Amino acid sequence: MKLSEKEIEQIALGASLLGTGGGGDPHVGKLMALQAVKKHGPVEMIKVEDVPDDALVVPAAMMGAPTVLVEKIPNGNEFIKAFEELGNFLGKKVFATFPIEAGGVNSMIPIAVAANLGIPIIDCDGMGRAFPELQMVTFHLYGQTASPMVLADEKGNSVILNAITNKWAENLARNLVVEMGGEAMISIYSLTGKQLKEAAIRNILTYSAEIGKLLMDTQASKTDTTEQLIEKMNGFKLFKGKITDILRKTTSGFNFGTAKIEGIEENKGEQFSIEFQNENLIAKKGDCVLASVPDLICILDLESATPITTESLKYGRRVTVIGIPCDKKWRTEKGIETVGPRYFGYDIDYTPVEELVLGGASK
Amino acid sequence: MIYRLGIDVGGTNTDAVIIDNNLKVINSVKTPTTEDVSSGIKNAIHLVLEGTDIDKKSVKYAMLGTTHCTNAIVERKNLCKVGVIRLGKPATMAIEPMIDWPKDLSKAVSENFIIAYGGYEFDGREIAALDEKEIKEFLNAVKDKVESIAVTGVFSPISNVQESRVKELVKEVMGDVPVSLSNEIGSVGLLERENAAILNASLSKVAKNIALSFKEALEEEGVESSEIYLCQNDGTLMSLEHSLRYPILTIACGPTNSIRGAGYLSNLSNAIVLDVGGTTSDIGVIINSFPRESSVAVEIGGARTNFRMPDLISIGLGGGTIVKEENGKVVLGPESVGYKITKEALVFGGNTLTTTDIAVRLGMADIGDKNKVSHIDIDFAKKVMKEMYSLVLKYIDNIKLTNEKSPLILVGGGSILIQNEIEGVSEVICPENHSVANAIGSAIAQVSGQCEKVYSLIKISRDAAIAEAKEKAINDAIDAGADEKTIEIVEVEDVPLAYLPGNATRIKVKAAGNLKSI
Repeated sequence: MKLSEKEIEQIALGASLLGTGGGGDPHVGKLMALQAVKKHGPVEMIKVEDVPDDALVVPAAMMGAPTVLVEKIPNGNEFIKAFEELGNFLGKKVFATFPIEAGGVNSMIPIAVAANLGIPIIDCDGMGRAFPELQMVTFHLYGQTASPMVLADEKGNSVILNAITNKWAENLARNLVVEMGGEAMISIYSLTGKQLKEAAIRNILTYSAEIGKLLMDTQASKTDTTEQLIEKMNGFKLFKGKITDILRKTTSGFNFGTAKIEGIEENKGEQFSIEFQNENLIAKKGDCVLASVPDLICILDLESATPITTESLKYGRRVTVIGIPCDKKWRTEKGIETVGPRYFGYDIDYTPVEELVLGGASK
Repeated sequence: MIYRLGIDVGGTNTDAVIIDNNLKVINSVKTPTTEDVSSGIKNAIHLVLEGTDIDKKSVKYAMLGTTHCTNAIVERKNLCKVGVIRLGKPATMAIEPMIDWPKDLSKAVSENFIIAYGGYEFDGREIAALDEKEIKEFLNAVKDKVESIAVTGVFSPISNVQESRVKELVKEVMGDVPVSLSNEIGSVGLLERENAAILNASLSKVAKNIALSFKEALEEEGVESSEIYLCQNDGTLMSLEHSLRYPILTIACGPTNSIRGAGYLSNLSNAIVLDVGGTTSDIGVIINSFPRESSVAVEIGGARTNFRMPDLISIGLGGGTIVKEENGKVVLGPESVGYKITKEALVFGGNTLTTTDIAVRLGMADIGDKNKVSHIDIDFAKKVMKEMYSLVLKYIDNIKLTNEKSPLILVGGGSILIQNEIEGVSEVICPENHSVANAIGSAIAQVSGQCEKVYSLIKISRDAAIAEAKEKAINDAIDAGADEKTIEIVEVEDVPLAYLPGNATRIKVKAAGNLKSI
């Protein structure tokens, strides 16, 4: 399958839903991808099963402050030399790239990189959604390490980083990124085809494009987008209401807060709340948890079903909240330990959204 | 006594008012907006003066809020060809200028751009030094093809040195052509700021036209000794000379004028304002006598920009909105008969059912001939009115930031809503002269100056940074024609930039004062 303008628009829209309120504005990433395919032609997308077991595959992402990302746009060729060096270092050529996360700006960067480097993109990611920290990837669950990590800036500087732990990788990388001007292109979790097959979340770009297409088509034909989205994603309608309050606090660069929602229509008289840390983490009706991370909690505009980011939550907006089961790789002991509610500081055990909703808890 | 003449050009009507020195309304008129805009302005000036016996020479201030610039961009007419210079190489190459513009707009505005060496990091270091030879070569190559230049450097809100140097180079190579520098127009967000700078540069001719035709119209009507100002979208004025450099700041001044006029007429400095026009209704918020500014990207003619704009919700419901019934459901617009309402609405003998006809049928308005709508089923009319209410109520609630009750001021044709209690609203006010609130808003406007800059608080203390920004804003206001003695700081915003070390913070200060008297 080829990714060109149409698919990029669809994936970007799908990514805004899979971002579950976070992941950053895909706008800059989308424009980068669009320019790259305009210049170099469509990108070839291959399936995970088509990657040879011994091939070297590396994800591509942006790291840095959102304020810098919207101002200092990348060059686009940061990775040309950096991937060559990584290839030399590992004794193999980079075979293909893929997104580390399916939500937000980083869903788009690998498409631009693949077009500029003339390599294929693989239809997979390491989250199936968006998460805030580097180790929150399925590769981590399978014991794969972030190193060697590559950082490259627009001036031509590049660094191959070998850290003893993923935590060290994160700390060293943050400092390098600041020195590079607050933003860098990064690649972590270089894998072999065999490792990828074991740990990646498959077909996520296709899925993202399908979600985007469904949003576009149903919005254009004014049919019930939310219902169809829920059906497509095996999700659940959790609540319909009006946002009545947003409590925010910014701590160490993260956008923490709670959105309070008052019920309308079938939920009239009921109260709902969503806890977020960049992404939406916990959804509660009254005191009763209806969904929690790693399941996807998405806030949609009541009328258009357009996904709403946590930054644009504001008083008065009418919304539908939906819950979607996460990939089953997250529903393991190590998965829940890595991205479950307790990791984010909430004193609750993870229960799958379908059990919470169908188990009568919602009544 | 000296007088002010305020004019506001809207999509449907051009309104004019004369107010005296104590800001009392002497006369007001509402006339149809014309296709060329200018003749409608001239007509409004003529009519508003005709209705009074004041000495035309005692009109000392003339203020115009106009849609010329918006129209030019939307219709892609009279736009200058712009040479676009971005300073950022080797960064920013991944997205070329104007890449997401509608094709017809970029074709009308610019096909000549360069991404040149330059730009800054967030902490003020240069990404690359300016290569003056590169800039000059570009200018020489385009100097016969373009009529103005737009310059945008990466992080120019932190340091404007490179952008200013390019302006000097333009003068050297091309002589006196208009140059738009992005740091004077937009804030952080390269592509949006660049778009605003390019659009501003493309409006140079339109700005000249407005200045000339307004001056001419005033002279022809005998208003010879007045100072002339244009309204900006933040509710303040700029001199004609200033408007030639920053024409884009006039975009969306109409709704701003309504909001300011509404606040003035009802003597409230904090309220929600609903302005019902012919085609749309605008809902805005007035805070400390100025409109609340929007915090999200605003599209103009299909291009995303980030320069200041009033925070508005515009709904496709006005006095001329066409009413239909489809499968038993009421359908409101969004089509409108617009300025043709006096020909096409039923009450005026036309054949189109509009919201105005519904209001007349229900006895809520007295416009045209009510016998021409007596055949409308009263239950249907009530159903339509209910639909209109629920639409307006929803958006009134939407524009609020908290659950607290707030007063609601109705202007334009909004008065028919006054008979009802509105949820979340403490009181509903429909002031005298509400139908020309926009022209009054233009006549009472103040003069302002602004400073928006990113400071690194390692190099300068927060207090010193704010003091510096205040001084710059005040000087800016004086330059724009404000009386120094009346200048007040109306807004100080201090936003730390997330994720960045070095305590970078964006400080924004706005100062406003009364017009300096002559």
